[in-house]
Amino acid sequence: MNDTLSKIEKRTAYTLLLPAVFLVFAIVLFPIFANIWISFKEVQLKDIRIPEPRAKKIVKSIPEDKTKLKIVYRLRNSSLIEDINNIKFSDNLPRNIEPVDLDSRCEFKSKKIKCDFGNWEAKYRENFEIIIQNINNDVIDKNTIKSQKPKLSGDADNILLTTKFTLKNFKQVFNENEFLDLLLTTFYFTFFGTVGAIIFGMFAAQLVNQKFYGRTFMRSILLFPYVGPVVALAYTWTLLLDPNSGTLNALLVNFGIIDKPINLLGQKYMTLNLLGFDIKLRLALTTVIMFEIWRYFPLAFLFILARLQAVPKDLYEAAEVDGAGPLRKFVNITLPQITAILSILFMIRFIWNFNKFEDIFLLTGGASGTRTLPINVYQQGFAVSNIGMGSAVSIVIVMLLIIFMIIYFKLIGKRANEI
Amino acid sequence: MRYKSFLIYLFISSIFLTLVGSIWKIMATLQGLRLTEINFNINFLLALLLSLSLVFIGKRINHLIKILVLPLIFTFIYIAMNESAPIWYNVGILLISLFFTNRVKNYNLNYLKEDFVSEKIVFDFLSLFAIVFFAFIILFPFYLMFVTSFKLQAALLYNPLDLSIDFTKNISDQFKSYLVIFKTYDFGRYIFTSSIVSIGTVIITLIFAIPAAYAVARLNFFGKTFLSTSILIIYMFPAIVLVIPLYTVFSQLGLRNSIEGLLIVYTATTLPVAIYMLQGYFKSIPKEIEDAGLIDGQNWFGIIAKIIIPLSLPAIASVALYVFMIAWNEFLFSLMFLDNPKSFTLSRAINHLTGDAETPRQYLMAGSVVVTLPILLIFVYFEKYLVSGLTAGSVKG
Repeated sequence: MNDTLSKIEKRTAYTLLLPAVFLVFAIVLFPIFANIWISFKEVQLKDIRIPEPRAKKIVKSIPEDKTKLKIVYRLRNSSLIEDINNIKFSDNLPRNIEPVDLDSRCEFKSKKIKCDFGNWEAKYRENFEIIIQNINNDVIDKNTIKSQKPKLSGDADNILLTTKFTLKNFKQVFNENEFLDLLLTTFYFTFFGTVGAIIFGMFAAQLVNQKFYGRTFMRSILLFPYVGPVVALAYTWTLLLDPNSGTLNALLVNFGIIDKPINLLGQKYMTLNLLGFDIKLRLALTTVIMFEIWRYFPLAFLFILARLQAVPKDLYEAAEVDGAGPLRKFVNITLPQITAILSILFMIRFIWNFNKFEDIFLLTGGASGTRTLPINVYQQGFAVSNIGMGSAVSIVIVMLLIIFMIIYFKLIGKRANEI
Repeated sequence: MRYKSFLIYLFISSIFLTLVGSIWKIMATLQGLRLTEINFNINFLLALLLSLSLVFIGKRINHLIKILVLPLIFTFIYIAMNESAPIWYNVGILLISLFFTNRVKNYNLNYLKEDFVSEKIVFDFLSLFAIVFFAFIILFPFYLMFVTSFKLQAALLYNPLDLSIDFTKNISDQFKSYLVIFKTYDFGRYIFTSSIVSIGTVIITLIFAIPAAYAVARLNFFGKTFLSTSILIIYMFPAIVLVIPLYTVFSQLGLRNSIEGLLIVYTATTLPVAIYMLQGYFKSIPKEIEDAGLIDGQNWFGIIAKIIIPLSLPAIASVALYVFMIAWNEFLFSLMFLDNPKSFTLSRAINHLTGDAETPRQYLMAGSVVVTLPILLIFVYFEKYLVSGLTAGSVKG
């Protein structure tokens, strides 16, 4: 009895889960594994269309003989690089009409012209002609002939399914001089973006945790940068930072803080003179990090605030009785209470920032030293049109992500359920 | 102790007053006022004098007189020392100094002797300044976006600092950018597509996620722990690593440039987090209620439809809003999959506008306002639900 119940339960569970699991498997898990396959292939963007045989039908009348018509089929292989094998052709003719002197590759049977064209190499083209006549010597209606579309079929290798593999992509990914630079840029962006967002979020949370007039309003607007669509916000920022007519540069020039406008998103380095030392700052990257912090500190704020509100009030009261000032209270009570959430936030935001694509893409497109790994996937795959390379970079990202996740689950995976 | 508190008070309060004054000056400049000097040093000295006199006067004269007369004197000296400016600007300065004196009215030489006064002062001014600072940096880009959509390209190039709206124009001139993007750039269609895609994603995600979450929360089956951990892990993988295989497969299946393709991808990418959020809530529903349903002879469909869904409407609402937000704001997949203007979503359409360098920026910003406004309104209206969705969605999942 119990056994059948648990069987029913199992079956129900599988039925309920199946649609969701299938969809996630097909759209999320399958591509991750498909990346491994593609990354070992030499595929260009233009190769991914499956080659197919095509025919364009043109009907011409023959002036000398009204009972006959000439049909020209412009045959071609749609692919520029791949052969098509075993091509079959068929076209229907209306009643009482038959072909004259049919090509040896073809035969006419029950109102159908059937041809066996064999193999076409890449870029193949041919003008294939047939003359048809009416058995009753009537005039043939051109339009009925035209309205019939020929059918073609052929076997072609789908370049994605062949078993030709190469290590070229990975060699290219790692041999590139820029790979180290790419990795460094990615980590620089990820690390400072994460830390900055958490620090800002902590300040904002500490602020909103106090009582002041307009607190609810403040809490709402603090989330605006995260809730707004990235496209709109990124373009607003580009406008704000524009060197020629951007508000920020105009302000700085107006108040005499800088002499001439700085191209904050288009300049790779800026030399800063701090205490007599020349420091080379990655300018565009820093600007992008600023945007990143601006957009994502609301999330850090949300979590830290939730944690702060859960800190028991009597802890602070007890501290006050003991004669602790605001600073001591913050260092000795607040900070220990939020370290757990801070470390979890750091790990999670680190992983998310590591994957960030849209923000950088919309601000700089990866130019002037802001090319990170995700941007590189796009550039290799769609700007250089090398799908195989793009997949290889994706694999590098996935590998690094797996390492981060192992660290995450080892360090704080268990504690994540406590908050 | 007293001198330390005294000096810290002087420094912090003067810095605060000067900075707030400077922010006011910047805002005034952005309304088209021609001011070119921040005068930080002089204004800092002025603020220092005000703070100093406030502390020394303390409670010696009437409160009301103190917080009215001193700001007035401060404002007059300020006007004399700075560039000439219209009356509304100076009124602003007066209001700021009034606010400031009112704020520090309790600080006097005796108060500065108390314990931890310097720390309290620092925290006080820091949080005051933080309110101004955060409000400014967050709202300014939105303000810029909004104002630019009402301006003309030529005016913006001529004086990028003038961000005032000219209210004397007639209505059709005022909203010209909006008329143009709806008429010439076909934004009505994109709003429709975006709405269909976002609402469709919400509905399909819920249809798939509710049964699955119920199974994970309540039923025992082989592979349950594995499944619930993998939901989390799958959610960590970013869209960018899925893009190339999906692009190739969708090209070969002819699913690019179609709303169906987008719906499939959006649903699949939001499902893990939706299941994760819902199962957590379902677990909190007392099991006895379901057992009662079972005794009444309900099957799983009846239990989900009649017991689980009505009881977890708040959680479903926050999942729905969260998924809606993700789908509405999504950019990467719409960039990859859509290149026919007929099937653009709003985000993709705005990106397409920038492809042409000739497009005047007020159209771009009008488009940005059109895509931003709905989601912000929804957020403000349903803040409670969306915040709980965000909280569950982005740290744990």
